[in-house]
Amino acid sequence: MKQWRFEISSKQGFADVGGRDVLEDIRQLNIHSVEDVISEKVYLIEAEFDQPFAERVAKELLSDSVCQDWHIGKSGVPAGPMQATLIEVHLKSGVTDPVAESVMAALKDMRAGQVDSVRTARKYVLLGSVSERERETIARRILANDCIEEVIYGMDAEPPSPHTKPYEMKLTHIPIRRLSDEQLVQLSKEMDLFLNLKEMQTIQAYYRGIDREPTDVELETIAQTWSEHCVHKTLKSSVDMELDGKPIHFDNLLKETVFKATKDLNRDWCISVFADNAGVIEFDDEHAVCFKVETHNHPSALDPYGGAATGIGGVIRDPMGTGMGAKPVANTDVFCFARPDMKLEDVPKGVLHPRRVMKGVVAGVRDYGNRMGIPTINGALYFDDRYLANPLVFCGNIGLIPRDKCFKHQQAGNLVVVVGGKTGRDGIHGATFSSGEMTHEHESIFSHAVQIGNAITEKKMLDTLLQARDAGLYEAITDCGAGGLSSAVGEMGEQLGAEVDLEKVPLKYAGLSYTEIWISEAQERMVIAVKPENLDAIMRIFASEDVQATVIGRFTGDKKLTLRYNGTQVGQLEMAFLHEGICKYDRRAKWDTKKLSEPALAVKNNYTDDLLKILGSYNVASKEWVIRQYDHEVQGASVVKPLMGADNDGPMDAAVIRPKYNHNRGAAISCGMNPCYGDIDPYWMALAGIDEAVRNLICVGANPDRIALLDNYCWGDCTRPEMLGALVRASQACYDAAMGYGTPFISGKDSLNNEFVCDDGTRIAIPYTLLISGIGIVDDIRKCVTMDVKQPGNLLFVVGLTKNELGGSHYYKVHGHLGANVPKTDIGQAAQIARRIAGAIDSRLVRSCHDCSEGGLAVALAEMAFAGGFGIEADLRGLPADADCVRSDAMLFGESTARYIVEVEPQNYADFAKRMLNFPFGQIGEVIKDKKLIIRDARRKVVIEASLDVLKTAWQKPLAW
Amino acid sequence: MDKVKAIVLRAAGINCDMETEHALGLAGARAERVHINRVIDSPAMLDGCQILVVPGGFSYGDDVAAGKILANQVIHHLSDILHRFIENGKLVLGICNGFQVLIKTGIVPGLNGAGQLTLAGEGVTLTDNECGRFMDRWIYLQPGTDRCVFIEPGRRLYLPIAHGEGKIVADSPERLSRISDGGFVAFRYVDADGQTGPFPVNPNGSQDAIAALTDSTGRVLGMMPHPERFVRWTQHPHWTRLKQHDGLTDGMTIFTNAVNYVKSNF
Repeated sequence: MKQWRFEISSKQGFADVGGRDVLEDIRQLNIHSVEDVISEKVYLIEAEFDQPFAERVAKELLSDSVCQDWHIGKSGVPAGPMQATLIEVHLKSGVTDPVAESVMAALKDMRAGQVDSVRTARKYVLLGSVSERERETIARRILANDCIEEVIYGMDAEPPSPHTKPYEMKLTHIPIRRLSDEQLVQLSKEMDLFLNLKEMQTIQAYYRGIDREPTDVELETIAQTWSEHCVHKTLKSSVDMELDGKPIHFDNLLKETVFKATKDLNRDWCISVFADNAGVIEFDDEHAVCFKVETHNHPSALDPYGGAATGIGGVIRDPMGTGMGAKPVANTDVFCFARPDMKLEDVPKGVLHPRRVMKGVVAGVRDYGNRMGIPTINGALYFDDRYLANPLVFCGNIGLIPRDKCFKHQQAGNLVVVVGGKTGRDGIHGATFSSGEMTHEHESIFSHAVQIGNAITEKKMLDTLLQARDAGLYEAITDCGAGGLSSAVGEMGEQLGAEVDLEKVPLKYAGLSYTEIWISEAQERMVIAVKPENLDAIMRIFASEDVQATVIGRFTGDKKLTLRYNGTQVGQLEMAFLHEGICKYDRRAKWDTKKLSEPALAVKNNYTDDLLKILGSYNVASKEWVIRQYDHEVQGASVVKPLMGADNDGPMDAAVIRPKYNHNRGAAISCGMNPCYGDIDPYWMALAGIDEAVRNLICVGANPDRIALLDNYCWGDCTRPEMLGALVRASQACYDAAMGYGTPFISGKDSLNNEFVCDDGTRIAIPYTLLISGIGIVDDIRKCVTMDVKQPGNLLFVVGLTKNELGGSHYYKVHGHLGANVPKTDIGQAAQIARRIAGAIDSRLVRSCHDCSEGGLAVALAEMAFAGGFGIEADLRGLPADADCVRSDAMLFGESTARYIVEVEPQNYADFAKRMLNFPFGQIGEVIKDKKLIIRDARRKVVIEASLDVLKTAWQKPLAW
Repeated sequence: MDKVKAIVLRAAGINCDMETEHALGLAGARAERVHINRVIDSPAMLDGCQILVVPGGFSYGDDVAAGKILANQVIHHLSDILHRFIENGKLVLGICNGFQVLIKTGIVPGLNGAGQLTLAGEGVTLTDNECGRFMDRWIYLQPGTDRCVFIEPGRRLYLPIAHGEGKIVADSPERLSRISDGGFVAFRYVDADGQTGPFPVNPNGSQDAIAALTDSTGRVLGMMPHPERFVRWTQHPHWTRLKQHDGLTDGMTIFTNAVNYVKSNF
């Protein structure tokens, strides 16, 4: 077999986009010795073909004759006076290479004969006097990720071998029955089981009871099934709380807060809640919608691109694995990062710079979401330096599913079929790839492996699964997520039992042990249960579109999980022990209301500069750079896009899609989150988050009686009572707000232990972060409203009370303060106002509607004005405000919740006013032709005056990369 | 002809097939989404239809280059049948990734002759956007030819683009002149008033602001913008600002013209 090497470079006169981006990133690192960067693609192909055929491959397949040159073999560095440094980035052995698979298929189309392997790599030539240290920095910080990639330097270095060693079966028992407590803890640590002593003792007792030692795969299965990720041990534990000294007890925290609201509300349009892979609610008579939001924080911290890509790829499989499988129709994403302009020297060892994290995460979601053909329609970005070592990556997916496909019909005798991608070592805890090397810093901060995604594998799988679903060819489906096959098969067989022959699982390469096969988190796999009589028909569907599908076992009915490898039994567990055996926890929590005070900021005559500063702060600033990289219109369903208005750049409150062609019913998607308030009190933070998510939906025209919520907690180490206390406070708010608004929770997830210990021992915990995602049904999308002002002469109203609540505001934040007076939502009134606003929108009385949130009234007015391309003249005398809210800054920038700004045509004034009767509302101003924002204070003095251009530029500039 | 038939080609990673089928249906065609494996199995199925659409998406993940792997597959399996399809007066439309496939098979601009497929390239291609990134935004299009049957001469369109590799480049100024002077430019990126200009008017840095190409017959069109994403008024980014929502949307003109052409010529 001959080894062919192809190098593809940009022709003279054509842009080398890859090289240009790398150069820009090098400059960001403050390295100025590099004068230019050349980037090339490298293909390594092991095949039988000859030189003339290789030239055809280069010419016809791998290069573009207009803008690229090709070279067969290894080219040197370019001649010339400048020093040239050669760097190549290869994937480590065993890491998925999607391009290679496509090239393999294309070579087959070209009738290339036998091709053994295809690998791709990237080659960079740095021009300039680069020191060895700079070379290392550039390679490690910009070019490569050492979790998955190997860097080689110079002409003579050899790339990693594409081949892996074969596996020799060795059945391993782990003696556990005689271990001391100390040894149990040690064993858990050595095997990366992440089980604590109590759990290890439970396992020990079980094996003493059945009088044998466990096999390695049994222990791994228990560890996966009992992991925090899979069973939410903390949120379901019993909690003894001390709240400002007073005791409160919960038998099961989640059941008595978040779940309880759903149960107490008992909405008949909730089809499946907290049971399946996603929450399901009614859409119309024929269809339901399901919604799931997941986090992928630890993987994204290590490999921002891959972590985020598999984050979105993973959550897409949740609706696909809900009921009998939904069709994904929209994505959402919310990210939390440290400030992207942070100084390099302030970034601790073992942590990636936030700008690199952000660019990688955005690119990962972009590439996976866009390739799947699912529009990314809603999201948010939040910046706080405490996210430095623990960036948060929330990915969500909404699916459409026929009403009669919302539940599974599992029964004994069904075959276990794994569909989609092959299984590799990617995603085995600790990223122990074939080389097994991870730096110490890495290992100390994560428990999941880096997984490599291939969106096209998932898309192909989706296309065929929906055909199989509609043909009624399978009985149950679930996704392979955390825990891989062990979780998927374990879950599907929970009531029945299952037996699996692990050697049947298709592998990416040789060398995986039976345990690795069983717990690998390789992406793009689903498990389905198929009746034997339907097997041929369903296999034909998969084969017709080149999708891998393999029978690996059977659901039995003996309520046992039996694992075999080449006929040898390697594990057998009682399903009851696996799923019910986990011990219950009692935890202690404590919360003392913080004693904080308001800062003494001087009263000013003019607040224009403050407004510009807030508009230009990262959290408020335009996210257009991110949004435009996402395809938000694929599937042709968009109604309210993320950016609309006169110049298509106004920030919409929520997105609306019309997921069914020829039907005018829509789904609105929003989010709400404000970690700043949590620094004062997580209770009011959670209430505000829910209020914001709901108001965002109301603003675009959602039906207030058809709104459902999702909770995603990202928290620090909850074994600390204060940390858990904060979580309890937030959960109490979830119950109160859901009851007040009448909006049930339908799904949720938590990610705990988001803390980082620096090498000097300093501990950084993320702020308490509760993301609330909202989904609302829009009865008629033709009535949707957007937030851009529409017409000079129209009147502007504020509905909802402005209170003296600058605590946790962005106004305080830009001045370096936190404050004490956090916005306290009156949820009863908020719910009533929401219904009045929704009624006015439904009666077409509202031309535009925007919520007051971060940055308060002034920011909201500025956004409405520059989005609409018309000015606003406003007067704080008309603002419905509390008696103690008298200062202009409190009125302009206070972030009191439950407030809306509404644009109404003058002829509709009376009708609108009548509907708002008995609620705090007032006319604040009107839309003017002059492209200016002018706000006067209670004494008619101008406190803010700026042209729309100035305001918009301040808002767009920070993230216009 | 009463019932116009269209095939919307599917392949691994193609993802705009449903909305394209829907748009063709709205225009009065009977459209069917067909996987390329079926077409390769029985190429004769193309004889039963008059319009072939290669829709948008990321065929084979844009691996190697956008559209390249699918183009390679089409050439090695469907060259003859496609040549006959075009020769018989039928219509081919490539949208976004579909356009990338058409240009990489040489079907557009078809300088070597209508319906002649070649992987060697015709001296014009689509490559990375000037900004180096994927982008989704709305742009204006001005027809550059009267020859193309999909286009209403003179009607300026407002449509979204969503791509990372949409920049048209030619290997020489002479080639570019031949394309411009020969009436191969179907649309150019312009501003609301019809003037060409730098980014964002020309969103990807295409030479001569080219957004779409046709061939010598005018029955083949490859375009980067997505007409299937503007087939009802509530898809327009200003729809909540517009006073009236009347008439055919800009996107529908492409599909309606195609269907009407088939109706009156077959």
